[in-house]
Formats: sequence, structure tokens, C-alpha cells
Amino acid sequence: MKKSLLASAVLAALLAACSSTAVKDKPAAPVEDSSKSSAQTAPAPAADDGASTGTASQDSVGVNPLKDPNNILSKRSVYFDFDKDEVKAEYRPLVDAHAKYLQANPNAKVMIQGNADSRGSREYNLALGQRRSVAVKKAMNVVGAQDKQIETVSYGEEKATQTCKDDGCWSHDRRADIVYEGE
Amino acid sequence: MIKRLILVFFFLTGLLPLIAGAELTVEIVGGAAQQIPIAIVPFSAPASTASQESVTDVIGADLSRSGLFRVLETRGVASQPHTLTDVKYSDWSAIQAQALTVGTVESLPGNRLKVSFRLLDVLKQNQLLAMEFNIAPSQQRTTAHKIADLIYEKLTGEKGVFATRITYVNKLNGRYALQVADADGFNPQTVVSSKEPIISPSWSPDGTKLAYVSFEKKKPIIFVQSLLSGQRMVLANFKGNNSAPAWSPDGKKLAIVLTYSANSQIYVINADGTGLQQVSFSSGIDTEPEWAPDGSAIYFTSNRGGGPQIYRMASTGGEAKRITFEGSYNVSPHISPDGKLLTYVKQDAKGFRIAVQDLATGQVQTLSETTQDESPSFAPNGRMILYATNIGGKGSLAAVSADGRVKQRLTDNGGDVREPSWGFAIN
Repeated sequence: MKKSLLASAVLAALLAACSSTAVKDKPAAPVEDSSKSSAQTAPAPAADDGASTGTASQDSVGVNPLKDPNNILSKRSVYFDFDKDEVKAEYRPLVDAHAKYLQANPNAKVMIQGNADSRGSREYNLALGQRRSVAVKKAMNVVGAQDKQIETVSYGEEKATQTCKDDGCWSHDRRADIVYEGE
Repeated sequence: MIKRLILVFFFLTGLLPLIAGAELTVEIVGGAAQQIPIAIVPFSAPASTASQESVTDVIGADLSRSGLFRVLETRGVASQPHTLTDVKYSDWSAIQAQALTVGTVESLPGNRLKVSFRLLDVLKQNQLLAMEFNIAPSQQRTTAHKIADLIYEKLTGEKGVFATRITYVNKLNGRYALQVADADGFNPQTVVSSKEPIISPSWSPDGTKLAYVSFEKKKPIIFVQSLLSGQRMVLANFKGNNSAPAWSPDGKKLAIVLTYSANSQIYVINADGTGLQQVSFSSGIDTEPEWAPDGSAIYFTSNRGGGPQIYRMASTGGEAKRITFEGSYNVSPHISPDGKLLTYVKQDAKGFRIAVQDLATGQVQTLSETTQDESPSFAPNGRMILYATNIGGKGSLAAVSADGRVKQRLTDNGGDVREPSWGFAIN
């Protein structure tokens, strides 16, 4: 015990002592282009920042459909089989609903984030996550969402759970998430 | 003396840490069938260095860790020679030593040290090696590694890799640190750190630079950083993902992977970021490029045939030839320095394990017994393969000899360690 404490102290000292490049952590939003015209995610019409909130994203009773748990648009994750990038039939209604929302709200933008489970190589999983995000994008394109409304990114296995022991756990990490700009 | 006892005990049990106090602790979990018995008499040392870890301890730990040597207890031996004239060979043949190392550490003016050592053949009663090093006190560990390399090479016929460095990514307290350490895990230095993931470090062939992938801008971008000055440049920040950098053997180019065309494909770019050229063209994933040692070919992972397999193409592009055929998932190719062996991650019924394939015969051997192994790379002498594994949900490093006989584990006291790559000699 003493030894590992000592080792930690030594490590901390070494880390503190060595000259290294620390990357500044920007609290950047996941979507790079923060364009002005989108306020779809404002929780209520009377946003206190004074910006005029987009009405397109809200239904007649003022509930944001993207956040309404009874609306399919609140569901954002498409799950995949191991080493596969096909969008399975059970996720078509979800993908179609988001595509139609984008079609009805031309100023809305999404980032589709592809992920893989922690098994296998990080680089292959990065490429696989990319293909998953592109597969969801293409499925949305078919229903009428425009290219300029959709960006794709892959996190590979970098956001995956490290402690999985079975497929019930791994399957949760094999997914693409639809994230609206400003969320 | 207590330290030596502990060392010997750990060596005999083969399960406990050989060296404590380092960031990475090396354990031996297997050994070669034939081990060379060697006696290393503690070098005489000036009082000023008495409190430091001895040169002898480092040499002994290195040779033990290789799995090819049995370092003998020398305490009970009547003679404790430091010079050639003091050596009584009969004392050493009595404890079955085949080789004997003696030496001295002396103070020189100007805060320098002179380290002298001799390697002796106990059976033939002659000298195999004798050498002196004039060093700064801070160079004692490196000098000990170099002496261990010389002993290793003289007695096994192949180059030692004790005075080399490794790189890996250490996730500690939510931050990712790209680190470089000595091959025994000592002397870790942080090259760059970030709150976002860092993956795929690749050594330049001269050992002075690392290329790596950082997610610090919320998407993967390739950087090249000098280990001498700490300065870094963006090598590739194109639309989409920029990843999997691999230096060409001449250090002039890198193979990289871009999703410029929405799908991961392999490109070659000059080390200064100019002259981008696409070299792979498929409708599937092409990634993890790795140059053949002569630079003529690039090995890579592709799922063009369904599941991921390893292929080879000319480094200028063109038709690809499939190299792996066993199983439905083979990724992360790395080539031995002599170009004869391919190591990679192979999925089988037990999980994801490290395999080695003889490129001439196609014969495949699975080397590791754990289930989530990744990122294999050869040591500069081609004997050991360093890789990442997962123990109890935490990343750690392990190494296995290319013949599967010698196994080591390098564990970190606090961090989650991944993405290792074995680099080059320390100058």
C-alpha cells in the first residue's frame, strides 16, 4: 500500500515536473457552426436571453417535440449489430421522423455521432462509427433531409463503456446519436 | 541487500512486481525454456551514489524481465570481485553460473561518473566484453540499460531493447496523457495531454517525433510533435476524420486515413503536410496503414470482403492482396523489423487476442490469453510484441515474445493505459 502511494506521489511529481503541451479545454458545443437562426431547443417562448425563439419547433401547446417524451423525436439513438452499419428496420420510424422534422424546419441542423463498442481496434471502430453516422444520414436524405442540415462525426469506441462483459452492455455502445444544434 | 532479496523472490514466484515505484510495473508471467544463468556482482560504488538504486539492480532486472536469463544470488559467494584480477572462476562455476559480470562505478572530477564493466565466460574462463562509460550521474539508469543490452547481445546473438522507449496513452483523472517512458516503464514523460481522447501514436523512424490523433477539436485531427522541442504541427485537418498516422521507413511521408469521401480511405502525405495523395479506393473501410520495412508496400485493415481482414498493396496504391484468412475479424497489422512476421488482433471464440503470422508460410499462432487485446507492435529487435489489454475494466499493457514463450505485464498504479507503441533506442 505504501509503495503504491509512494508511486503515485512520484508519478504526480514527474507529471508536474515534465514540460508538456497541455491542450486548452474549450467548452465547445458539439456542433461547430453555431448559426444564429436556430433556437429550436429553447424551452419556452419567453427565453430570457431576449432572442426570438423559433416557433417552427414547437407545437400548438408550446411543447418542444424534440423534448416531448411522448414524441418519437425525443428518441435519438439508432443501435447496430456488431461490426455492422446497416440501419435496421426497427429504427426506420425514428430516422424518418427526424428526417421529416428537418424537412419541415429547414433551419434546423443535426450532428449524427457514430459510436462502436470497446472491442477490437480503436482505428477500425473509428471508421465503423463513421459508417454508422453516414448510414443514418443517408437514410434521412432518402426521406428529404438536406445534406447541409446534417453533419456526421465518429467517436469510435472513445465514448464506450470500458467495463462491459456481455452483449447487453456492448450493444448499448454500438449506436449513432442524433444531436440537434444547440443541444 | 533487502532489495536484492525482494528481487530474487519476485523472480522466483514470477507473479509479483519486480520493480516498485515506477509508474508502470513490469511483471514476468512466463519465461523461456532455456535460461542463461548469470551472476552479477554488485558494482563497487562511491559513497555519494550509495543511496541510489544501483546500476547492478537495473541490469539484473532487465535481464530477468527478458525471460532469457536466470540472475543468480551472489550474496553467499566468498569472493565479491570488481576487477578481472579478483575473479576466482571456481567460486562462480560452483553456483552454476555460465556468465559473470563485474564492475565499478567511480567518481570523476566535475560531477561525472565512470562506469566500467566486464562480462566473463565462467566455463571458458575468459573475457567476453569490457567497456567504460563516462556519464553524468543522471544517466545511471540509461547506462545500466545499455550494459544490459550489451550482455544480452553477446550471450543471445540478438540486439537488446532495454535502452529503448515506449509510448502509450494514459487516461488519468478524466484526462488523456500521451506519454513516453523507458521500456521498463520508468521515467514517464507527458508529451501532450487533453480532456478529449488521444489515440494512435506513431514513432518517426529517427525516434524524435510522434504523430498522433487528438479529438481536442471535437473531431479526430492528426498532429506531429517533436519530442526534443515539444513543438507540434497539424499534419492533417481535412473534412471528416483524420486518423491512423504511420511513418514511412525513410521518415519523409506518412500514410494516414481520411473520410474525405465519407468512407475511411488511405492517403499518403508528406511529413510537412503537403502532397496529399489517395492510395486506396474501395467502397468499404480501409484503415490502419502500416509500411513494410523497405517502404515498398502498405499493409492495412479493410472490410471490402465483408468482415475486417488484413491486406497488402504497393505503397503507391494499386491492387490489394488479402493476407489473413483465419477467422472473420483480423485488424491492426504490424510488421516485424525484418519484414517476416505480421502481428495483429484476431477475434476467435475466446475474444480479441494477439496473433502472429509467418508471412512466408501463412502459419498463424495466437500469443495472448486475455480477451480484449489491442494495438500490438514489435520491439526494435523483433523478439517482443507490446500490446494493450483490459484487466478488470482497466487498460494495461502487456508484452509477449514472438514465439509466445515469454510474457510480461506492465501495470499502472492509477491510470487506464492504452494505445502502446514500442519505439527506438535512447541516445
